[in-house]
Amino acid sequence: MVIFIYVLLGIGVLFNGLGSFALLRFPDVFTRLHGATKCTTFGSIFTILATVAYGFWGVARGIQGDLTLAIHALLALIALLLTNPTGAHAIARGARRSGVLPKRAVVDAYEGYKFEEEE
Amino acid sequence: MLRSLTTGLGALVIYLILTMESGSLGLWSLEELIVGAVLALGVGLIAGRVLGKGEADYKKLLNPRRWALFLVYLVGPFFFAMFRANLDVAYRVITGRIKPGIIKISPGLKSDLAASLLGNSITLTPGTLTVDIDKENNFYIHWINVRNPQPSPEEVCGRFPRWARRIAE
Repeated sequence: MVIFIYVLLGIGVLFNGLGSFALLRFPDVFTRLHGATKCTTFGSIFTILATVAYGFWGVARGIQGDLTLAIHALLALIALLLTNPTGAHAIARGARRSGVLPKRAVVDAYEGYKFEEEE
Repeated sequence: MLRSLTTGLGALVIYLILTMESGSLGLWSLEELIVGAVLALGVGLIAGRVLGKGEADYKKLLNPRRWALFLVYLVGPFFFAMFRANLDVAYRVITGRIKPGIIKISPGLKSDLAASLLGNSITLTPGTLTVDIDKENNFYIHWINVRNPQPSPEEVCGRFPRWARRIAE
């Protein structure tokens, strides 16, 4: 069981590390967001799954309070899945609207798009 | 009315999950139950004033069949696509082989709920990132590896529009 938890943690850390590496390597804000959203969400899913596994393992051994740990971790996972893409979308949209162009782009369908002011 | 009810109910459920194992009444203590009910009422009343239109979307949120479909979607096609997305991004991080661009697709979704579900799914899956949505629910998507400058929705996000329609329309 301990080995299983370590494997989950290892996968999570690996993907989170790749996400950080993507921030350094990619050329502009949009491509960086790709790394920052996908990799960190996926990595965090695995670290949270490790916590959940640890919590249920504690429940199986009869330790008080570990069920709470597992359930809170699951709630954190749901919040992360909802807010991470929403935040990335907000950043991308704000960047594009304030005139940041995607670097090395082969096509930009947004060019010439007239957006109305929202009331 | 429906807005307040749905939001308040959601707030109550989340509060009850957070305070599980706190006492002897079932899993909760009396204090937690009272505070939870008061908070849910307050959140519901505020939400009724603040949140936007679309009564029909809130009615869908109360439908258990849609929730079941959503769970199936989450652990099945969505998780698989996310796994592929990560291998794809990892490959591009290491090799640096990118061909980015912003493209436009029209999946033809009608409700806001379905559009937001599809937008979030697109952001977390292979090589795509939602940049903007206009009034006719056309999606502007940053694609990290453009294969076709004027793609069909299927080319970019596979079967997700169909799932979004099934769950939230």
